[in-house]
Amino acid sequence: MGLLHLAAAVDQPSVHDAGSYVDLARLAERGGLDFVTLDDTFARPGLDALAVLSRVAPETGRIGLVPTVTTTHTEPFHVQAAVATLDWISRGRAGWRLDVSTTEGEARLFGRRHAAAADALWQEAGEVADVAAKLWDSWEDDAEIRDEATGRFLDRDKLHYVDFQGASFSVRGPSIVPRPPQGHPVRVVDATEGQARRTAAQYADVALVRAASAAHAGAVRDQLRSEAVEFGRNPDDLRVLASLLVDLGDGEHAAEPGHGGGGPRQTAQGPLYRGGPVDLAELIAAWHADGTVDGFHLTPVEPRRDLERLVNGTVALLQHRGLFRTFYPGSTLREHLGLAKPANQYVVTGGAS
Amino acid sequence: MTAGRKYMHLAAHFPGVNNTTVWADPRSKSQIEFSSFEHLARTAERGLFDFFFLAEGLRLREHKGRIHDLDVVGRPESITVLNALAAVTERLGLAATVNATFNEPYELARRFATLDHLSGGRAAWNVVTSSGAFTGENFRRGGYLDRADLPHSRLRSSGGTPITRATEFVATTRELWDTWTPDGVSRPFAHRGQHFDIAGEFTVPRSPQGYPVVIQAGDSAEGREFAASTADVIFTRHGTLEAGRSFYADVKRRLARYGRTSDDLKIMPGVSVVLGDTAAEAQEKATEIRRQQVSPQNALLALEQVWGTDLSSYDPDGPLPDIDPVPESSITQGRTRRGDTVAIAEKWRALSREKGLSIRQTVIEASGRQSFIGTPEAVATELDEFVQRDAADGFILVPHLTPGGLDEFVDRVVPLLQERGAFRTEYRGTTLRSHLGLSDPVWKG
Repeated sequence: MGLLHLAAAVDQPSVHDAGSYVDLARLAERGGLDFVTLDDTFARPGLDALAVLSRVAPETGRIGLVPTVTTTHTEPFHVQAAVATLDWISRGRAGWRLDVSTTEGEARLFGRRHAAAADALWQEAGEVADVAAKLWDSWEDDAEIRDEATGRFLDRDKLHYVDFQGASFSVRGPSIVPRPPQGHPVRVVDATEGQARRTAAQYADVALVRAASAAHAGAVRDQLRSEAVEFGRNPDDLRVLASLLVDLGDGEHAAEPGHGGGGPRQTAQGPLYRGGPVDLAELIAAWHADGTVDGFHLTPVEPRRDLERLVNGTVALLQHRGLFRTFYPGSTLREHLGLAKPANQYVVTGGAS
Repeated sequence: MTAGRKYMHLAAHFPGVNNTTVWADPRSKSQIEFSSFEHLARTAERGLFDFFFLAEGLRLREHKGRIHDLDVVGRPESITVLNALAAVTERLGLAATVNATFNEPYELARRFATLDHLSGGRAAWNVVTSSGAFTGENFRRGGYLDRADLPHSRLRSSGGTPITRATEFVATTRELWDTWTPDGVSRPFAHRGQHFDIAGEFTVPRSPQGYPVVIQAGDSAEGREFAASTADVIFTRHGTLEAGRSFYADVKRRLARYGRTSDDLKIMPGVSVVLGDTAAEAQEKATEIRRQQVSPQNALLALEQVWGTDLSSYDPDGPLPDIDPVPESSITQGRTRRGDTVAIAEKWRALSREKGLSIRQTVIEASGRQSFIGTPEAVATELDEFVQRDAADGFILVPHLTPGGLDEFVDRVVPLLQERGAFRTEYRGTTLRSHLGLSDPVWKG
């Protein structure tokens, strides 16, 4: 059994001021959570998620910041640069939750291509994840030399063209942004469904699984780990978190059958846990103890109220029982997750510029 | 404020990526770390500047087929940095350069509206376009770029007057910013033009400024016209007082055609400033900075850019080449062309002969000195004169050092400008539009 990892969503419908997001991220940071997520699509009302978490970065110190950035109608080069920049401004706390835009409505906002099937779009998302890592590696960590004797700011032998050719795009490289502090910011994929799961197995550092039962979550985790092996990865480099909606509003609901101690139930919005913070702590401890998942990603139904109860109730109890960190021993998101800084693929392979 | 005296507007350009940023100086620090951006932005805000300006890079420059390695290079993505700077500043405007060629209106309108919300109304967009397949190699759009994207091009004819992608791009983003009523109701949009055919719903409510401020950089006739029709600020080249007055009059004259007044467009040349306790000391410092900016290697590179061929065997401390430049050379990629290279080469040779200068000395001499050199008093007086005599509405300062390059100006020149009644002593408003004295855009429902 590895360390327990906890993450929370800070989504707030119809909230456009920075302060509210800063408050929630700080609250989550007080609980020592690994990271917060902020979801995004071009179709739902709301601000650009990566921008919001960039605004949050200077006002937080340790917590990981994971915005959703879609890959269907965006430019891979811009996306990787923005994620790398979030990593720079947060000093190594950036993640990136990949998602795709499947609707014709989203396609019409851009007018460049038609809607496509999720399978094809997740295939492309995998290519974007791949080229992003190549571009992050396109500068070796010590490429900047400032060598006065030769007048060279840069050792250009330590910069690399990526010459990536995907099914629908190509990128020459190198990136405009030097290699970010984590090497590769943490890539997160919701692996609940079909093709997304293969993309997660191949590229994700963290996979989210919306599952109403421990058995289901565990089965998906096993599948992700074995597919990761097929892709030549060490399965221990992949964290699998169960993703639940949580409603900690009314203590009395915990007593109802099917809630609280009875575990989450499936709803139209996804698996929902409704009950008290203490019972949620029990559930987290139980699923984690038997190795079903590496941790949890929790989306409060009522953002502020439920996050407060999560941190002050559930997390405090898990800490008290020695199951969750009481402070951040590391400073980067990779360190929180127990993931090493990846080797630079161009250094490893000796790839020529 | 003296009756009739114009207030000057000031902005700061992050030194960043170019051959005027000196990296071989013990005071030069990271161009990537957030702390450098924070230091410069906080300094600009301490000096009550209107805005802080970030340039953009989309492809590393190349020279002789290899990545150019002599200048500061590598930078974070601008809008993301500005969102973070919004957390550590309160009033300072935040301007990002973003290319209209390799972006789409919906996404960019959303990103700027978001920055405007998160900063409480301080966002600005410097609109640029890219001409090229070289940069395009990094982008999806690069694969099907056509000449319609070029500023001077004839466009796909679909009836009516052809317009550039940049013009339609900005107009489209403003349509998107107008889709929310001031009282918060979202309505669907549909735009069908020569470059964009899009429809749907814009998902960000009207931002504090209504429209983020639009900046146009460049002095060409097309650029002036675009600025007159569309921009709130024009970022121009600095020259003599007379050249400035002529440019200023020309651009302001164009405004009426678009139903705009002289106050609707601010003219702000990019300038560099060198200060000293005496005029002589300032001159000495200016010369030393020029020597730092033009290293021996950089001198040869500048020469190769003009001659269009490999001159690495030449001694930077020796005489200029006798051979003539290679016309139409593509030796350098990713930077603006130098124009008529044969004429430039002849001019440089003449300069070298006349003053007995080496290659490096010639490049230093020919490639321009700093804009304002002198004591704080002299510089304040001269800056004010440019503004009072209608050669500029203000200045975009381009420091040569990261991150301390603005400190001295803010500490020594700003107070003098304030004493003269030439610059604000406090921020009156909270938005960038209020700093610039721009009216709020009328909502076009």
